[in-house]
Amino acid sequence: MSRLGHAALAVALLAASSLRAAPPPTSEVNTTGLAVTDTTVTVGQLHSATGTMAISETGSIQAEQLAIDQINAAGGVLGRQIKVIKEDGASDWPTFAEKAKKLLVSDKVGTVFGCWTSASRKAVLPVFEKENGMLYYPTFYEGLEQSKNVIYTGQEATQQILAGIDWIAKEKKAKTFYLVGSDYIWPRTSMKIARKHIENVLKGTVVGEEFYALGSTSFGSLINKIKLKKPDVIYAAVVGGSNVSFYKQLAAAGINGTKQTLLTISVTEDEVLGIGGENLAGFYSAMKYFQSLDNPNNKEFVAAFKAKYGAASVIGDVTQAGYLGPWLWKAAVEKAGSFDIDKIVAASPDLELKTAPEGYVKLHPNHHLWSKLRIGQWQKNGQAKVLYESELLEPNPFPKGYQ
Amino acid sequence: MFSEYTTEELQNIFMMQGFSGLSLFSVLLLMGLGLALIFGQMGVINMAHGEFMALGAYTVYFCSTLTEQYAPAFGPYYFICAIGIAFLVCALVGALVEFLMIRHLYHRPLDTLLATWGLSLIMQQTYRSLFGAREVTPTLPEWLMGSFNLKEGLDIPINGVFVLCLALLVTFVMILFMYKSKFGLRLRATVQNRKMSSAVGINTGKVDRVAFSLGCGIAGIAGAAFTTIGSTGPDSGSRYIVDAFLVVVFGGAANMLGCVASAFGIAQAQSILEFFLEGTKGKVATLLVIVVALMLRPQGLFPSKVRGH
Repeated sequence: MSRLGHAALAVALLAASSLRAAPPPTSEVNTTGLAVTDTTVTVGQLHSATGTMAISETGSIQAEQLAIDQINAAGGVLGRQIKVIKEDGASDWPTFAEKAKKLLVSDKVGTVFGCWTSASRKAVLPVFEKENGMLYYPTFYEGLEQSKNVIYTGQEATQQILAGIDWIAKEKKAKTFYLVGSDYIWPRTSMKIARKHIENVLKGTVVGEEFYALGSTSFGSLINKIKLKKPDVIYAAVVGGSNVSFYKQLAAAGINGTKQTLLTISVTEDEVLGIGGENLAGFYSAMKYFQSLDNPNNKEFVAAFKAKYGAASVIGDVTQAGYLGPWLWKAAVEKAGSFDIDKIVAASPDLELKTAPEGYVKLHPNHHLWSKLRIGQWQKNGQAKVLYESELLEPNPFPKGYQ
Repeated sequence: MFSEYTTEELQNIFMMQGFSGLSLFSVLLLMGLGLALIFGQMGVINMAHGEFMALGAYTVYFCSTLTEQYAPAFGPYYFICAIGIAFLVCALVGALVEFLMIRHLYHRPLDTLLATWGLSLIMQQTYRSLFGAREVTPTLPEWLMGSFNLKEGLDIPINGVFVLCLALLVTFVMILFMYKSKFGLRLRATVQNRKMSSAVGINTGKVDRVAFSLGCGIAGIAGAAFTTIGSTGPDSGSRYIVDAFLVVVFGGAANMLGCVASAFGIAQAQSILEFFLEGTKGKVATLLVIVVALMLRPQGLFPSKVRGH
C-alpha cells in the first residue's frame, strides 16, 4: 500500500472510531423492520453477473462495491457497516423480479443498487413499489418514468440528447442527420426525441432513420445508403456486440473521423475496449462522464478503481453513475437520520453530492440527477478528449413536445 | 429515390451493394456448411454449433494474445495459422463430444437436440469463466484492415474479400472431399444405407466421428473468420445459430449445393431489402419470403432424395 493509502486508512479508522462512539440506537433509525442492527446495515446488489448483460453490468457491480468499501472504511452509515447481499439477475427479466422480491421480503435490505437495462428495471418496478423498497438505478435511459421507489443516477434521454445535438449542429454547421440505432426501446425513444429536436427546434433534416436487430453484424447496406445520402452527421445508438461490427465496417468502408462527423450516445470507455480506439478515432460521444475528466474527485476515483480492479480496467459513464448510488443513499440516510424508506425518500429531493467524479450533482424532486453533458472525442488510445461541457441540466423525464 | 444522384454515384453504390450482398453470403455460407454436414448427413441437430464457432473465434483471440506477448514480429502472419489452429481445436473438441455424448444418441434425434443445447450452455459458461463476460476482439494484422479504393467513392472492404475467398475455398475443399475422396464415398454410403454400409465393411462409427468433428472444425474456421467482422462474447454463438439453421433448412438440409444456393439467396434478399426498406424491416421481409418459400416447398430448395440411417 502506498503512503497515501496508509494516511487515508488512518484517517478513515479515526473517523470510524469517533463515529462508533455513539451511533444512534437501532430502534430510532429503523422503525419498519429492515435488516439493520446496532453495528451493521444490509443492502442488496442486483445485477447480471452472468448472461448477455454481464458484459455491461460488471462495471456497475465493481463501482458500487468500491463505493460501499470506501463508505465502510470511513465509518459506515449512521455508524453502521454496510453488508452486501449480491444477487444475480442472470440477464433474465423474470429472474430480476424474483430476486428483487427475495431481497426485499426475506432479506429486508435497506436499499438495492441494481439493474441495467430498462427491461430489467420495468420488471422489478412493481415489486419495489409494492414492498416499498428503494432502488438506485445507474444507467442512462429513455425517461418516461418516475417512481417514489427509484433514484435514477444516470441521465434521462433529454439530458443526453438535446445539448449534444445542439453542440454538433452549431460546431459543425450540421443540417442533415442520419439516425441509426439498435432495435429496442431505448434507441427508439432516443431517436424519436432526436428527430423532434432536429426538425422542430434546429430546422434541420433527418435523411434516414434505421434500426437493426440487437446483435446484428452486417451493416453493408446501411453504410452504402449513408454514402449515398452524405449526411452532415451520423447520430448513432447501436449497442452491444453490434457496436464492434458497425464501427469496424464503417472504418473498412472509408468512413472515419477525418471525413465524417459521427455522434453517438452509446459508446463509453467500456465499448471502446471491444471496438478498438483506431476504429473510433475522431468520432464523438455524448455522455455525462468520461474517464479522462480532469478534476480532483475523478482523479481520486480513477486511482481507487484501478487500485482495486487492475491498471487495465476502464471506467465508462454507467460505471461512474453506479458509483454515485451508495453515496447518494448514504447522504439521504444521514440527512433523514433514519433508514426508513419513507424518510429517505422525503430527504432525497435537493440532496447534493460534491464528491461525485463527474463533478457536482444534485437530486431533483423527480428523483433524477441534475448533471452536465460532455462531448468527448475518441482518441486512438481508447480515451476521450473532452471538448465541451454543458451547464448543469435539469432532468425532465416527461419532456413536452418530444413524445 | 434515385433521381437526385449522378449516374457515377449510383454505379458505385450498386457495385458496393452487390459486394455487401456477396460478403453476407460468404458469412452465411461459412455458418451453414458445418451444420449442413452434421444435420444433413447424420441427422443430428447440433444446437452447440454456434458455440463451436465461438470456440474458433476465441482460439484466434488466444493466438493473437500469445503472439503479441511472445512473438510480436510474427504479428502480420499469425492470423492465417490461427485459422488452421481454430480448425484443429474445434475438430478435436468435436471428436471428443461425439465420443462422449453424440454416439449414444444417434437413434434419438430429439434427445440430441436437448443434449447439444445443454452442451451449448456449458460451453457458454466455460467461455465466461475463462475469458470473462466482456466481448473480445483479437488484434488483426494491418493488411486485413481498410479497403481497396478502386476509384473515388468506390471502396471494397478487404476483410469482406478475405472472408469471401475463405468461404469459397472451404466450400470447394469440402465438395472435393465429399465427392472425390474415399472417405466421402463412405460417408455418402453410410447416409444412404447404414446397415448395408456396415455389412460391406465400412466402419460407420468412425465415419460418424470424423464427419462430426469435421463439421465442428468448419464451424471453427467460420468463427475464426468472423473475428474480422465482429467481436466475440460468451453468447456470440447463440446469435449465429439462428442464421445457420435458416441457411440449412432453407437449402434442404442435405447437400452442399443447397447450402450454397440458400446462403446466396438469403444474403442477396436481405441485403437488397435492407437497402430499400431499413434494417429491421429488411430482416422481417427476408424471413417472410423464407417462410412463404418453405410453405410452398417444405423440403427446402434442394431436398435429399434418400433419407435414412
